[in-house]
Amino acid sequence: MASFFDLKARKAALANGAATKETEKKDGENTRVQPWVEKYRPKTLSDVTAQDHTITVLQRTLQASNLPHMLFYGPPGTGKTSTILALAKELYGPELMKSRVLELNASDERGISIVREKVKDFARMQLTNVSSAAYKARYPCPPFKIIILDEADSMTQDAQSALRRTMETYSKITRFCLICNYVTRIIDPLASRCSKFRFKSLDQGNAKKRLEEIAEKEKVGLDEGAVEGLINCAEGDLRKAITYLQSAARLVGAVQQPGGGDDGEDGMDVDKKTVSVKIVQDIAGVIPDETIQRLVKAMRPTTLGGNYTPIAKEVEDMVADGWSAGQVVTQLYQAVVYDETIEDAQKNKILLVFSEIDKRLVDGADEHLSILDLALRISGILGGR
Amino acid sequence: MALIVDKHRPRSLDALTYHDELSDRLRSLAQSGDFPHLLFYGPSGAGKKTRIVATLKELYGPGVEKIKIDARVFQTSSNRKLEFNIVASVYHLEITPSDVGNYDRVVVQDLLKEVAQTQQVDQSARQRFKVVVINEADHLTRDAQAALRRTMEKYSPNLRLILVGESTAGIIAPIRSRCLLVRVARPTVGEVEGVLRGSCEREGWEVREGLVGRVARESGRNLRRALLMLEGVYAQNEKVTDDTPIPPPDWEGLIEQIAQEIMAEHTSARILQVRSKLYDLLTHCIPPTTILKTLTFKLMPLIDDDLKPEVIKWSAFYEHRIKTGTKVIFHLEAFVAKFMRILEMYLMSMDM
Repeated sequence: MASFFDLKARKAALANGAATKETEKKDGENTRVQPWVEKYRPKTLSDVTAQDHTITVLQRTLQASNLPHMLFYGPPGTGKTSTILALAKELYGPELMKSRVLELNASDERGISIVREKVKDFARMQLTNVSSAAYKARYPCPPFKIIILDEADSMTQDAQSALRRTMETYSKITRFCLICNYVTRIIDPLASRCSKFRFKSLDQGNAKKRLEEIAEKEKVGLDEGAVEGLINCAEGDLRKAITYLQSAARLVGAVQQPGGGDDGEDGMDVDKKTVSVKIVQDIAGVIPDETIQRLVKAMRPTTLGGNYTPIAKEVEDMVADGWSAGQVVTQLYQAVVYDETIEDAQKNKILLVFSEIDKRLVDGADEHLSILDLALRISGILGGR
Repeated sequence: MALIVDKHRPRSLDALTYHDELSDRLRSLAQSGDFPHLLFYGPSGAGKKTRIVATLKELYGPGVEKIKIDARVFQTSSNRKLEFNIVASVYHLEITPSDVGNYDRVVVQDLLKEVAQTQQVDQSARQRFKVVVINEADHLTRDAQAALRRTMEKYSPNLRLILVGESTAGIIAPIRSRCLLVRVARPTVGEVEGVLRGSCEREGWEVREGLVGRVARESGRNLRRALLMLEGVYAQNEKVTDDTPIPPPDWEGLIEQIAQEIMAEHTSARILQVRSKLYDLLTHCIPPTTILKTLTFKLMPLIDDDLKPEVIKWSAFYEHRIKTGTKVIFHLEAFVAKFMRILEMYLMSMDM
């Protein structure tokens, strides 16, 4: 029965797909299907944006063809993985990459057994040699292998301790590069064996340059202020910013297609449409200012005393509209903290409430109740109760 | 006979009746050839699942509707065998990893890698990639989510994920930054009414404006609930008029009763009585969060405005305890006791 359905489905797909297949699939398949994050991953060390200090140090070691064990840490989307991959590429070139670099991340089973077997086996493997002299001239090909442990902070303590001796024993022919978000999750003995590189959050200028570059290459029109909007929504995470940019570009590009009846040149139209701040905020799931302001207004103390009903109504609407509680908390926080009319002493109390609610949300408490509680308590503090 | 919720479920993007902008967006994404990872979030009964199925149909054509259920067995590192059900068509898989509790990481790793590493064999297929729909993504453990991160990037030519969850709070930031977020809000009361009217007509039921309006309001903008309520009304009554009562679900009635009881008397004997009712609810698989929430909102109209913030505070407090603790009944009872105390204190201060 199942195969019958398959056949039928396939035939239907064949009929439907035949038309579009030839035009689209052949030429642009590899690049189009790829997310821009992958497409514009830095190819060389000098391409990496905004981590000048780290890059200078790494480039020096590149010239000297020697590397320490390394520990990269920093917030997401700042280029940690990109840096080490670019470095490896520059060191080994495409041919040797496969045999000299082992990349393990949290999607691979990484318990203690893997560290004992896979990592150890790779670490102790003898080096493969380069075939041609020309290749050697182009790439330094230093006499060691690199093991990249991406997202090392999700490794268990045991697995980390199992690495300790391995790192030392095979240090002649193997270098480790640990990548993590929180350096505190790496056990001390491991951290002390590595030279640490901190990746800082991207500043406005660099992120802007990079985004504009990509937008230009992809021929996406950007409105005034759209880039700033992107950067604000992404909070220093370049990957997030690029993902948002791509989604926004798809949106403005594709909305045009079905309705584009005025003149035939679809391709040109697509390019002309621009990404606006509103679209960016839409994609990022930012709650419109009016909604937040309405809630803030409802929270303000009134002469009548009780303002439960308006608050409850606002919160109910917000929950029904599906705004994520985390986002509500973040934006409400900004609205309250930057509000000049609230006294500092009150702000102190309000922040305590914020921290408690944030913890509850992370623990998976019910969003409706938590947000309602948050709003009511802030309102109580504002009212001086 | 299927319920009208299922029977009248829109099958394609064109048939969707509200959030037109969103439907347009999904259609253009599906047609553009580079389809991103998606994360659908929104409250229940908003139509997330319906939109996903419609998007899949837009992507692959009617082939996605031929689904079968696979039972797979996974082995954990400690040699435990896990049985796991997968709903699959030729083009997509649908999984609910939270079924297997703490072992969801194993499932995510094994299954996704297996899917990701096999290319689409069918050359005539419209898309080169397969789609994996992950239900209840916000209940995935941290480990499982961490495992998703690189998989999403590395195998992007062969695999697209659609994550579905009620909120984004439970999803770690790295995953969120890799997905296009799609918020599905609940329909407005007017839109719910529209859908209800449409369903009535398709079933050949007489449309009662007053009833439709009431059902839409009572449902709290939850479309699924509204449809079920409507069907309930028509199934129970021979003749439906504008003011036919909408039967509340049994459990809601019981909670209402509890609310009345704890308002009336504040003694430990009353707590004992309430306890048996709470146990009754729990044994009928009503989620504790729902019990507490419904109880709180049933109590709200009964008490004074000054008291409300306090009650909400404790309700949120005990709800959090329910989530972090293990034994539910303690926290429900604690809330009841707390409520009685607050109320008693308040009444005392009034007397003075």
